[in-house]
Amino acid sequence: MNPNNPAISKGIDWSFVWMYLLLVAIGIMAIFGATYTEGDPIVQSFLSFKTDYSKQFYFFIVAIVIGLLILLTDSKFFPATSNIWYVAGIVLLLLVFPFHSKVKGTESIIRLGGFQFQPAEFCKICVALALAKYLSRPETDFSKTRSQLIAAGIALLPAALTIMQKETGLALVFFAFFLVMYREGLPSVILIIGFAVAALIVSTLLLEKNTLALILTGIALLVVYLVRRQVKRDKSVLLKIVLLWVLCVGIQRFGVPFIFKNLLAKHQVERIYSTIGKDVPSEYMKGKTAAEPGKKVVNTADYNVKQSKIAIGSGGVLGKGLLKGTQTRYGFVPEQRTDFIFDTIGEGFGFVGSFVLLSIYLLLLFRIITVAERQRSVFSRCYAYGVAAVFFFHIGINVAMTIGLAPVIGIPLPFISYGGTSLLTFTILLFILIRLDADRQMVLR
Amino acid sequence: MSVFNQSRSRIIRLIFLISFIVIIAQLFNLQVVSGKYSKLAMDNAVFPKIVYPERGIIYDRKGKAILNNAIMFDLMVTPAEVKNFDTTSFCRLMEIDTVEFNKRIRDAAFKNTAVRPSAFQALLKPQMQARFEENSWRFPGFALVERPIRLYPFNAAAQMLGYINEVSPADIERSGDFYRMGDYMGKNGLEATYEKVLMGQRGVQHLIKDNHNRLVGSYENGIFDTAAVAGRGLRTYLDIELQEMAEKMMTDKVGAVVAIEPKTGGILAMASGPVFNPNDLTGPDKNKNYSRLVLDVAGPLLNRAIQGRYEPGSTFKPLGALVALDEGLITPSFGYPCFGRYTGCGSGKPACLHSGGGHSANLRLAIANSCNSYFTHLYRMAADNPKYGNVRDGYMKWKEYMNAFGLGIKLGVDLPSEDRGFIPDTSVYNKEYRGSWSSCTNLTLGIGQDKMGATPLQLANAMCIIANRGYYYTPHFVRKIDGETEEDTALMNKYRVKHEVLTHISDDMFNAVMDGMEAVVTQGTARRAAIPNISVCAKTGTAEKYAFLDGKRIKLDDNAMFVAFAPKEDPKIAIAVVVENAGYGGTWGGPIARILMEKFLNDTISKASEAEYEIYCKTNKMPKHLKRLQYKEDSIRARKWFEMTKDSTYINKYTRINPIKNPAKKKESPEKNNQPSLLAVLPNEKIYKQRPRVFIIA
Repeated sequence: MNPNNPAISKGIDWSFVWMYLLLVAIGIMAIFGATYTEGDPIVQSFLSFKTDYSKQFYFFIVAIVIGLLILLTDSKFFPATSNIWYVAGIVLLLLVFPFHSKVKGTESIIRLGGFQFQPAEFCKICVALALAKYLSRPETDFSKTRSQLIAAGIALLPAALTIMQKETGLALVFFAFFLVMYREGLPSVILIIGFAVAALIVSTLLLEKNTLALILTGIALLVVYLVRRQVKRDKSVLLKIVLLWVLCVGIQRFGVPFIFKNLLAKHQVERIYSTIGKDVPSEYMKGKTAAEPGKKVVNTADYNVKQSKIAIGSGGVLGKGLLKGTQTRYGFVPEQRTDFIFDTIGEGFGFVGSFVLLSIYLLLLFRIITVAERQRSVFSRCYAYGVAAVFFFHIGINVAMTIGLAPVIGIPLPFISYGGTSLLTFTILLFILIRLDADRQMVLR
Repeated sequence: MSVFNQSRSRIIRLIFLISFIVIIAQLFNLQVVSGKYSKLAMDNAVFPKIVYPERGIIYDRKGKAILNNAIMFDLMVTPAEVKNFDTTSFCRLMEIDTVEFNKRIRDAAFKNTAVRPSAFQALLKPQMQARFEENSWRFPGFALVERPIRLYPFNAAAQMLGYINEVSPADIERSGDFYRMGDYMGKNGLEATYEKVLMGQRGVQHLIKDNHNRLVGSYENGIFDTAAVAGRGLRTYLDIELQEMAEKMMTDKVGAVVAIEPKTGGILAMASGPVFNPNDLTGPDKNKNYSRLVLDVAGPLLNRAIQGRYEPGSTFKPLGALVALDEGLITPSFGYPCFGRYTGCGSGKPACLHSGGGHSANLRLAIANSCNSYFTHLYRMAADNPKYGNVRDGYMKWKEYMNAFGLGIKLGVDLPSEDRGFIPDTSVYNKEYRGSWSSCTNLTLGIGQDKMGATPLQLANAMCIIANRGYYYTPHFVRKIDGETEEDTALMNKYRVKHEVLTHISDDMFNAVMDGMEAVVTQGTARRAAIPNISVCAKTGTAEKYAFLDGKRIKLDDNAMFVAFAPKEDPKIAIAVVVENAGYGGTWGGPIARILMEKFLNDTISKASEAEYEIYCKTNKMPKHLKRLQYKEDSIRARKWFEMTKDSTYINKYTRINPIKNPAKKKESPEKNNQPSLLAVLPNEKIYKQRPRVFIIA
């Protein structure tokens, strides 16, 4: 700590703290709205540690204490220990394999006494730190492919381990770190290729096989026509186009079916299809459903999204009011307190409430980027971008899935969803940033 | 490096912004633009529980309730809650076996999911309900639910009151989705006609349900709830004691009795044989009983008083006289020389019972002696009336009179499915006789035969016209609706219109007709209808009847027809009686009419009448050919059942006893198949459902 500035409040960006407190308060209120049983004494229930909102309240107190501890820590501690954090995170992830407890189809949770702990959540902090550390090393030249591959490896190793724990949704979060790398000079081409592949996969699901193949062929022919002069000059261009065409058609013909048939679990296939609003084709059906083609398949993922849309849609402009939401209060929306907590706000406070919440989030994200750009140290900047990326991914995907724009991936809404691990993770992420930012004038790390 | 890439922070901001704009756009679409989600949410979470009002009561003229509301119980089961269950003792209690138990639980879970209650057994028998209540704590997941039903304390007026039953999908559609699945509505009789009055107004209680459709409380503290309004009562003209007597006398007979108060058109009693107990169509056995009644070839569900079409025969003659009088064709002193047959058309038909000179010297005598020639002549006079030029126009004028009398048209009684009877149009004759016919062709219309058909109600109404000296009110049951609304008044207004039918007939002329009818009682064929100290006017009729059976035309016993009103001076009751295949009108119809009139006018019946009443109640006059007909119908049905399901349970009964090879057993078989077991078990009503048949008298 800076001996000249003994007060820990020195240099702290208070806008973060206020937004943080506001979001956590909204979160506890939303959980209260979703789980409060009529007639319970409110104050007692809040203190009892028996109800979910009470638990969230205590989690919040713990989170604040940890946040204070972080603020008391020397900001040099984080870059110094980044690699240790990362190793610890990976070890914890590996520990899951022998020690996990089976909870709702996931194998990513360690249970210790009465507490559950999900290392994959914790790992986000580790990756944010480690990636920042790696990118900020003076010897790293991020324009080199090798460095880019290492950085990608740092981000994707936990993702791979998480996928092995059957938590695909959580694993996807780690892809958000590409945003950091992009900021640090990852060629745009890679992002563009990433989007192109995503677009190809989505259109594979949406369009009929042969139609898409024809479209791809058409595009290829068009490209050949447009670049016909270069083709005349250099025959290898033509070869490249043909190879690209073969690759695209290969992906839509064989790649995607292979992934859907062999790699994805049944519920994942269903969720993806329910997002694009189509029934799962019989060739991708798994387990029992494939054996009984005549029976109508009850698609739970589809049900969830429908109910969620009804809940949010029925909120109207101004909402029904806290505790007045019929959909969120009577169990129509599943995972009400956690992944679908946004429904409580959408139904209770309507479009206005949702808009306000999203504005706070957007403000937070923009603030993080502003803060990131004012950092002198590359580590701090990279870390800040890491935080922004993680938050953005969580907020965007979570809200998008509740309104039917994204597949149902079980990831929480930062600061609002019920759950100790997620609240702590996001708090730590944010408070390390506050801590680093407070010392931004100090040194060039 | 950082300087080099700083512009990318703007791109990242742009990505954030665009993503949020997409999300907010979708939110705007869901919450502001699309209105359907609030309705979906209401459907999801708010259960509008219908609160059924008490159905209105129907009272007789003295204020006695002819029917009552009662509560029975449906046994409901919530399959998911059936745990730690003593199946054996439950099955013993419910008198079913475990296979049946499991099947019903499975069905319930399949139909209405395992977490929602569905009916395990509808309308529990009272003793079972009592047994269940004592032991209910032993059977988790089972509960009793109230179900309002109708009870009929007098066991009478089944066909007139109708019955209530659950609405069918067709009913719901017809009502413009006013009714909902599970609602009860009047299906026949007064229950159907006055459905809107009796039904009352349903209340709605808004309850909140959760994702398993369990009700968890009231919605918004009930501010949207509406209370149920009880159905209103109907005050009828029916005299329930008279009704009971009429029905008892129609037991084991095919036919009908209608008694009307001439001054108001109010129906005092209406019975249709064969009679059944209205309580059969309520309570636990109603479906079983219903199929028994539906499959009975005698057609007990048919209300013959308004749906049976009979040839009026001689009972028509006074009406023929009224036409001739009103047209000014005759005066009461008009006589016609009859020597035993009508010779006006050269064929000598119809024959007349009397041949003595002077038996038709004037109108009074002609009615008293029921002279066929006289009334045939009156008909021909009317049809060939020179005023109208030709027989077609003359006939149409005559038909106009008939329709004015309420014959050949629906009277408009307040019961559904009334028959209009039959008075042929000229087109019918034109077609049948290829355009060449005269009043000789259909001359028996004058004596109530030929193609003429009338319902007992129409005959009784015709008596009202004579009794009232020229007018009638449309016959109806309901005198008053409790708390009459404007809508009710509109419904009731048609029964408050006086139909002035005959305007050119003086009192003297009416007196002549009445004197004639009185003479029928004092000296003629209706002597058995005489009541001491009361002057009764009556007319008997006897119609021949044939039926086709086994490809042969067989002659059945005659239909007994009888019409009357009394007292002559100030008629208070007009009555029509039809007993099919019973014999003479005077013998079979007369006493029934007399006993009822006596009861109504004196409020009691004499000893002699009492004795006769007992005899009439006990006499079985069911047409004999019905047994054979029933046997045929049942065996055909059993055969169809066998072909459909390959289940030989029913067909065996008929194949073992071969009616051709073994004629000795042929006689026994009809009785055997009369057992309800076969009738009740056949489940597919649609295929076999048939309208009870009416035999139009040949």
